[in-house]
Amino acid sequence: MEGYSRKWVMQRGEEINHGNSEEKKLELRLGPPNGDWSSSEKDETFFPFSYMSKDNHAQKFSSFLQLQSTAQKQSQMVQESSQTICTKTADLQSTEKKKAFSQTATVHNSAQKRTAPAPVVGWPPIRSFRKNLASSSSSVKSATETTQNVVPSKSANKKPMEICQKGLFVKINMDGIPIGRKVDLKAYDSYDKLSSAVDQLFRGLLAAQNDPSTGGNEKKEDGEKTISGLLDGSGEYTLVYEDNEGDRMLVGDVPWHMFVSTVKRLRVLKSSDLSTLTRAAKQLT
Amino acid sequence: MAYAFPEEVLEHVFSFLTSDKDRNAVSLVCKSWYEIERWCRKRIFVGNCYAVSPKIMIRRFPEVRSVELKGKPHFADFNLVPEGWGAYVYPWILAMSRSYPWLEEIKLKRMVITDESLELISKSFKNFKVLVLSSCDGFTTDGLAAIAANCRNLRKLDLGESEVEDLSGHWLSHFPDNCTSLVSLNIACLASEVSLLALERLVTRSPNLRTLRINRAVPLERLPNLLRRTSQLVEFGTGVFSADVRSDFFSNLTEAFSSCKQLKCLSGFWDVVPAYLPALYPVCSRLTSLNLSYATCQNPELGKLISQCHNLQRLWVLDFIEDTGLEELAANCKDLQELRVFPSDPFAAEPDTTLTEQGLVAVSDGCPKLQSVLYFCRQMTNAALVTIARNRPNMIRFRLCIIEPRTPDYLTLGSFDAGFGAIVENCKELRRLSLSGLLTDRVFEYIGAHAKKLEMLSIAFAGDSDLGLHHVLSGCDSLRKLEIRDCPFGDKALLANAAKLETMRSLWMSSCSVSFEACKMLAQKMPRLNVEVIDERGPPDTRPESCPVEKLYIYRTVAGRRFDTPGYVWTMDEDTAVRLT
Repeated sequence: MEGYSRKWVMQRGEEINHGNSEEKKLELRLGPPNGDWSSSEKDETFFPFSYMSKDNHAQKFSSFLQLQSTAQKQSQMVQESSQTICTKTADLQSTEKKKAFSQTATVHNSAQKRTAPAPVVGWPPIRSFRKNLASSSSSVKSATETTQNVVPSKSANKKPMEICQKGLFVKINMDGIPIGRKVDLKAYDSYDKLSSAVDQLFRGLLAAQNDPSTGGNEKKEDGEKTISGLLDGSGEYTLVYEDNEGDRMLVGDVPWHMFVSTVKRLRVLKSSDLSTLTRAAKQLT
Repeated sequence: MAYAFPEEVLEHVFSFLTSDKDRNAVSLVCKSWYEIERWCRKRIFVGNCYAVSPKIMIRRFPEVRSVELKGKPHFADFNLVPEGWGAYVYPWILAMSRSYPWLEEIKLKRMVITDESLELISKSFKNFKVLVLSSCDGFTTDGLAAIAANCRNLRKLDLGESEVEDLSGHWLSHFPDNCTSLVSLNIACLASEVSLLALERLVTRSPNLRTLRINRAVPLERLPNLLRRTSQLVEFGTGVFSADVRSDFFSNLTEAFSSCKQLKCLSGFWDVVPAYLPALYPVCSRLTSLNLSYATCQNPELGKLISQCHNLQRLWVLDFIEDTGLEELAANCKDLQELRVFPSDPFAAEPDTTLTEQGLVAVSDGCPKLQSVLYFCRQMTNAALVTIARNRPNMIRFRLCIIEPRTPDYLTLGSFDAGFGAIVENCKELRRLSLSGLLTDRVFEYIGAHAKKLEMLSIAFAGDSDLGLHHVLSGCDSLRKLEIRDCPFGDKALLANAAKLETMRSLWMSSCSVSFEACKMLAQKMPRLNVEVIDERGPPDTRPESCPVEKLYIYRTVAGRRFDTPGYVWTMDEDTAVRLT
């Protein structure tokens, strides 16, 4: 249906040309009061990079940031880093790259502190499918050193095993929370650790769900209460899993390693719903 | 004048136009061409299932035989799109089942397809032939059983890298005994065992089978038997490639492989025992495509295998290949076009293989046809990137992932601005680019200035200000998909280039600096864009307007807002915009 795109572009172009004043007023202005770099009547192109050719663009850019800091919260930070970068851009134009690089490095260090709770979700960009496949319990049979005309490699047994330990991702959902997650079972070695991980995963979401005004991350301690008693049925929620035969089981009933080798997906159920569920299962059998 | 040709003649002429782009161009010529073209369009590609509705598609193209749809954003591959986001195919199947009884092909990517949908497919289309599900989920082997049982003319069933809930391996036995039409069967993504007997019987009665990719659960011991029944195969994906090492079995396997005279593509090799790799030697010289990206074996076995594949065009491999293996590749495989090197241990703090920039430089130097690269590594230099760019100006896809975010050039300790700048400057045909390592806004200036044919760009942990994003949006004329994560790009660049977004298929931004306020403004300014805020912390209007949103997905649409959004997606619409003013 790519065919639509051209038509849109043309129509949009017309709309922009006729650009009503209402829209103009609402537009967030990007340039300094007079020398703007957003689209204006004379600049009808969608790609307004003409401003880049002005040699003093760096100064303009920094000045508009100082004049027009609309955003309240993060504006300070953006402003600081942008100023550094603007001076840096000027430097790059005249002087050696090395100098600029060292400045960039400092900018980035500060940025790193802001955003880097390692490990980062989704990084490095490898498909979860690939990760799962590389890790799911493999049937690596030890290549025996018995036969004559084929020579088993010395390293063959070592590497696959290392990979096996890397991760076993299973889906986990919680009653009343629309967002599913994935947990890496290889990251835990006991039911207790899994249970606290589940608490960590859903605690904030549950609090946000119950009281949207808490707004999640900001006030960790206020509206959130620990999700406890997941394993012994003593809490509001109970952790169950579906095994490789499709049966629903209580988490904690079998030894950990057996659990890890049979679990297909996890679910955090309301303990109150669970009793009906087990009853139903009993009736079936 | 223009009407000198009767419709039938024009239709016949149009039938030679295979690319969607040409078709679209034809339909823009005049009203009568538009009419003629829409009645004879047999194939449809929809790059975003929310950009148009099934109704609109059917209204304009009543005679479609083949539909290809794509759903979730690309970053869904890396777990960045929460579960339940959408991309449900059911409404499409339902509408098509009513209007396209002669539909033959459905190809889906990153969509949710239920068993119900699969059943509907199997029962609605009398002459259904091709089902391709790439990275899809939501279905079980029960749905596959319905396809097997009811699609009597099925030629191709390709499950790609889908997440299938494996209820039973018996679904394969639902193919009826008179089903002999299979040309391609790919079930490599299934986890549990399939019925081997049913598989062997199925392939035996499929004389046209050219592609067979079995799953990991099929033991190596069964391969010789399977291969002897399918000696016409062009593409074969093995299951697990390990067994107790026995010389009689080894010669059995070698013989089975060499009996496949047409074999060109190999994949699979889970848990490979290197001792069995020599069984492939007899077919090496025929191979054009080799996927060893699940083969956890090392040099010298790996290098030895690859260096015998003189006609190789595509190689996927783990970083166990190391620089030395890539040097062998460069020396022996002169036809190589595509190279992908995946990390064996992406989360390790320290590299455990010697794979550096040198391996890639060697391949770029030795393989003149190389045009597509995906390379995961832990160290890189600008000098290497410049060399690669000069060696391979024919590069079309270049995706480099230096695993640790913001890694500098380890020699100069500087950013990679110049290196990636050289790539975009030299590779004029570059269509896809992924950046990594330490990068400032400057690299985006280079990209905006040079990457005029770039269609898809992935950015992570890069740039320092709005200026970076502005360079890209204002400079990359052909850009269709842009995905950004963890970059300090915000409101100004986005709003200044709002019109550009309508020329693109989609924009993804997560962990950037776009405020909720700006999202609302953008939606108001551009009514044909769906601006969707994804925020798992709860409704964005409970936070200050200036607070950055978690994730943002923007796409153009003629279908209006979608109504299947989960609770954590908020579509910015005119109502929210009105409330704002």
